[in-house]
Amino acid sequence: MPRFGAIQRQLVWDRLLAIVEDQAQTLMRTAFSPVVREAGDLSAGVFNTRGQMLAQAITGTPGHVNAMAKSVGNFLKEYPIESMRPGDVLLTNDPWLATGHLNDFTVVTPTFVEDRVVALFASTSHIADVGGRGFGPDATEVFEEGLWVPITRLFERGKLNETLMRLIHSNVRDPVVAEGDLYSLTACNDAGSQKLLATMKEFQLTDFDAIGDEILSASRKAMEDEISALPNGTYRYSMNVDGYDDPVHVECSVSIKESSIDIDFEGTSSISRYGINVPLPYAEAYASFGARCLIGNDVPNNAGSLSTINVTAPSGSILNAEPPSPVSARHALGQMLPDVVIGCLSEIMPDRVPCEGSSCIWNPVLMSDSGASPNFNAPNFVINPIFNGGTGARPSRDGLSTTAFPSGVRTTSTEVNEITSPLVFLRREFREDSGGAGEFRGGLGQVLEIRHANGAPFVVSKMFDRVRHPARGRDGGSDGATGRVYVKDGQELAAKGKEIVPAGATLVMETPGGGGRGSPKERGRELVQKDLETGMISVDAARATYGFPSTENNPA
Amino acid sequence: MKNGLAIDIGGTFTDVVLQWSNRIHAVKVLTSQDDPSVAVLQGISRVLDESEALPEDIGIVLHGTTLATNALIERRGAKTALLTTSGHRDILEMALENRFEQYDINIERPVSLVPRELRLPITERMNSHGSPLIPLDMESVDAAIDDIAERNIESVAVGLLHSYVNNSHEKAIQTRVHERLGDIPVSLSSDVCPEIREYERLSTTCANAYVLPLMSTYLARLSQRLEEREFRCPYLMMTSGGGLTTFETARRYPIRLVESGPAGGAILAEQLARELDANRVLSFDMGGTTAKICLVDDGQTLLSRSFEVDRVYRFKKGSGLPVRIPVIEMVEIGAGGGSIARVDKLGRIQIGPESAGSQPGPACYGLGGLEPTVTDADCFLGRLDAERFAGGNLSLQVNAAESAIRSQISGPLRLDTNESALGMAEIVDENMAAAARSHAAEWGKSLEGRMMVAFGGAAPLHAARLMEKLDLACVLIPEHAGVGSAIGFLGAPISYEVVRSRHMSLAVYDQQLVDEVISAMREEASGVVSGATHQHDFTERGSAFMRYVGQGHEVSVTFDPSSVDEQELLDSFEKTYTSLYGRTIPNAEIEVISWTLNVSTNRDDEIVSSFDSKVSNGGEIRQQELLDSTGVSLVPLQNRDDLSVGEVFAGPRLVTERHTTTVVPGGFQIRRLDSGHLLMERHTNA
Repeated sequence: MPRFGAIQRQLVWDRLLAIVEDQAQTLMRTAFSPVVREAGDLSAGVFNTRGQMLAQAITGTPGHVNAMAKSVGNFLKEYPIESMRPGDVLLTNDPWLATGHLNDFTVVTPTFVEDRVVALFASTSHIADVGGRGFGPDATEVFEEGLWVPITRLFERGKLNETLMRLIHSNVRDPVVAEGDLYSLTACNDAGSQKLLATMKEFQLTDFDAIGDEILSASRKAMEDEISALPNGTYRYSMNVDGYDDPVHVECSVSIKESSIDIDFEGTSSISRYGINVPLPYAEAYASFGARCLIGNDVPNNAGSLSTINVTAPSGSILNAEPPSPVSARHALGQMLPDVVIGCLSEIMPDRVPCEGSSCIWNPVLMSDSGASPNFNAPNFVINPIFNGGTGARPSRDGLSTTAFPSGVRTTSTEVNEITSPLVFLRREFREDSGGAGEFRGGLGQVLEIRHANGAPFVVSKMFDRVRHPARGRDGGSDGATGRVYVKDGQELAAKGKEIVPAGATLVMETPGGGGRGSPKERGRELVQKDLETGMISVDAARATYGFPSTENNPA
Repeated sequence: MKNGLAIDIGGTFTDVVLQWSNRIHAVKVLTSQDDPSVAVLQGISRVLDESEALPEDIGIVLHGTTLATNALIERRGAKTALLTTSGHRDILEMALENRFEQYDINIERPVSLVPRELRLPITERMNSHGSPLIPLDMESVDAAIDDIAERNIESVAVGLLHSYVNNSHEKAIQTRVHERLGDIPVSLSSDVCPEIREYERLSTTCANAYVLPLMSTYLARLSQRLEEREFRCPYLMMTSGGGLTTFETARRYPIRLVESGPAGGAILAEQLARELDANRVLSFDMGGTTAKICLVDDGQTLLSRSFEVDRVYRFKKGSGLPVRIPVIEMVEIGAGGGSIARVDKLGRIQIGPESAGSQPGPACYGLGGLEPTVTDADCFLGRLDAERFAGGNLSLQVNAAESAIRSQISGPLRLDTNESALGMAEIVDENMAAAARSHAAEWGKSLEGRMMVAFGGAAPLHAARLMEKLDLACVLIPEHAGVGSAIGFLGAPISYEVVRSRHMSLAVYDQQLVDEVISAMREEASGVVSGATHQHDFTERGSAFMRYVGQGHEVSVTFDPSSVDEQELLDSFEKTYTSLYGRTIPNAEIEVISWTLNVSTNRDDEIVSSFDSKVSNGGEIRQQELLDSTGVSLVPLQNRDDLSVGEVFAGPRLVTERHTTTVVPGGFQIRRLDSGHLLMERHTNA
């Protein structure tokens, strides 16, 4: 239908979005790493030959996607388009050139029409183990965190780079998973390439240059229109979070200009000794995601829409850590950034912003204490389930209880966790009174009680936050409850780092609640009544915080 | 089935179809919302009058209904309590802890069918091997029963952790509830859905409990009325899995009745595939609100066990309530005649999923609708017989369609009305094509070379363009396309499927355990089927849900239950995996998570056509202006019944019938087969 420029552009655009969604689904269904297959910790996208992202899959996590969007340009610096041959597949897990820690492998595959590259497919997934100390924040240099693979060829003209694969094989704890996932990344890019070629044939396209540019400029323009409707100026917000040992201060300014937005983190704490540092691309990814939730959230995410937002952080700050800083648990701080950016924007769009939420996922690495296991006739195991706290209250809605935000991951089933480990999850339910009180209540966190079936000790590696610093409420709403980690009837545990849960003991995790909005006294009485009936709030909280039942109405 | 009477209750219409003395008699009546059996009996009376058949002539009554689905969507079910393992009562509400839309901070999950105060904790705990870690505490059961009695609960669901491997605690609770409260319905998760993954299992069980009283009452009333009317034959229900089952089973597991209408459509496509010897078929059912696309290979649809009801967010995956039941796998999107078009801020036309429904309906109905719908585009393009729409019951207002399109689409896009209407049609067709492609990719199937079967009021209008987009050569528009689902019921087998989760690695394959699992499933499933038929010769289909150890998603692998062994499972898994993902993984261990067995009667493949092969006299041929991408042309419009059999008619032209119109564009041709079906093909030399 060459007669309809606009309609044809829309058709090709829709097709690209469908292709990358299929690419992501293929990755998820074939992945071996549990956090990819069960939880969706992945991303997928298609790029033009200049390395600009044209479309991304909605499936996946924002921290990955926007960092991956930048990474393809880095691949092209190393391997220019002209050097690529059909059958080449490129790979890296460089935290600074790709998505922020060594566990994430990004694979880039050129799509060829005859001997000409017409597009590139990229995908990223989190591989459970990359050697080193294992996934956790305890390293003091990136070299301790596992194998570091520079941008290199995984396949050259269709032939596997066996040296690389053997090197990976002998450096990781679960080589079957690592190798399987690299194949799965390769396969999903191939699937995307094939569908792209079919689309080009159907629409009689010889390249994506012109139509790709139209997609990018239409997206950029839609963002510019949104931005130009906002009042120009610089808006500030700051937040303190737990950090590893010392609290981390995040200072942020958002400058709205005529048609672009600058986000800067000048004034933020400097790097940590431990692996909670964030490489800049990952900070950019989550900061821009925060802005995009409020500004142009229905404009597809691609290089055009992303180009309207510029993110900077001073070199040497914890949001622009450089090698050899340890970065394994960079998500703990990265996932806080949308709350900070949204905080800046609250000044100009008070009616559209949500309150701060739990934000950082609670994903304990639970594993055997290999030294002690034989005494308890207990097998070795490791699982990395994902749990969440509550999100902040939204404009005129309560926050969502136990829901991931900004991360896009899902939780794993208790029954599956118990089949794949000797642990028993005795309790997993909403945590009463954890949602920040308000006219609109913050989402609730949850309480988990976990013990070893044989009474053996076990190890928990933690990358949690909001244990000391709560998610704050707005406009008179209360803060969400802080999180807690402890041994039942025993010691309090730290929010970060590896510790042992003693023999016979039960680990308790209480995830944080989201912040509330508006005065709790203003909350609809029928809603307070319902929260009371359902046990989301206690009788004490109803009376003391919400003033319910009000004394005038109940003289008795 | 011989002298079968099929009844399909939809949201708007109730279709009643009788197969009698080699003819099909079909009527459509408006669904009676308060008591659906009223419309059913009304439809039956009319169809009996028309055919001059008597109740005692009827050999079997077959019934499908959306009542269960609607009760779930509209939250009109019973006040339900859930008894669940203490410490885990929020499983239902925590769901998967995710957001189904990344950039929208205002999403809400569907409301739980059982609110928190009615999720009652039971002190007990099984481990993953089915051994009790904490014995069942009857005091906690009695306390929950007190609560149930006090709160006037109408239906009870019981869902305990790991009950799929040991159901003894659930059974003991059921016994106690009945002892104390008499015959209040109790749905056990180990009966309804004995599968690992507690959220999906409990969601399914609660949905079953939630619709059970309503469906049970309705089915009891309907059988009573049928008996009063002297129908002495068996009555069977259509299930979402495409098989028929007894009213008694349907009353225990009403959750299996959701999507029975669309399942009937898919069964019709299966029948046509067999009748025409078409190995690979794409079934395309487009109605007022949604389009459903389903693949039929070697005369069989794909079966799966995952389905979502009440998707609250643009039909998006993950935004509904999961139910794990046997279902015919199909993709459903918000693309129907009533789907509303608008222009988004990027200057793109968006269609649906919002629908104008029947009130106010598309703008061209002239009932007050102002927003442009797909039907308005079709009307403006000249694809509909405006004078005699819906059998002459409605006269369409082309002007109203035009002004809706002009104001909502042409204005913002700065296109003329012609381009706008063509653009709307093009986008809805592309949406459907995209759904078909993605569905095929998900199941490792190709679309190439498939025959399309198009039915439902809007499908024949859009079939030709969809064929082009999917590069298909031909489409069949069956007789009685407007009541396709009910026709499908007539050819469905009596069947029942059961599932068991029994984890087993192929490395430690245990034939004895496999045999035990299969024979237990066979006993349960064939018991149900035997209750509905005098036949003894059943067909069995086994499926194993398998994966590489370490993966999280299983692939469904078929096996022969009478001879299955380790080698068959291994071969079948590798073959399926390769077709889905291109290659197997060397040296990786393989495991089975769950097993299913489907037992069914052999099909009655005898399709009786109502087609009266009287030679047509051509009838009246009118001329109508049709607009397509090449411009406006005057094309012939004639009645389907006036096409003489075998003669080839070249497009462009329009072929109308009571409930739809077939658009035959230039470059296409159409002919009527001996069976009465229409076959439209693309010119090979075009």
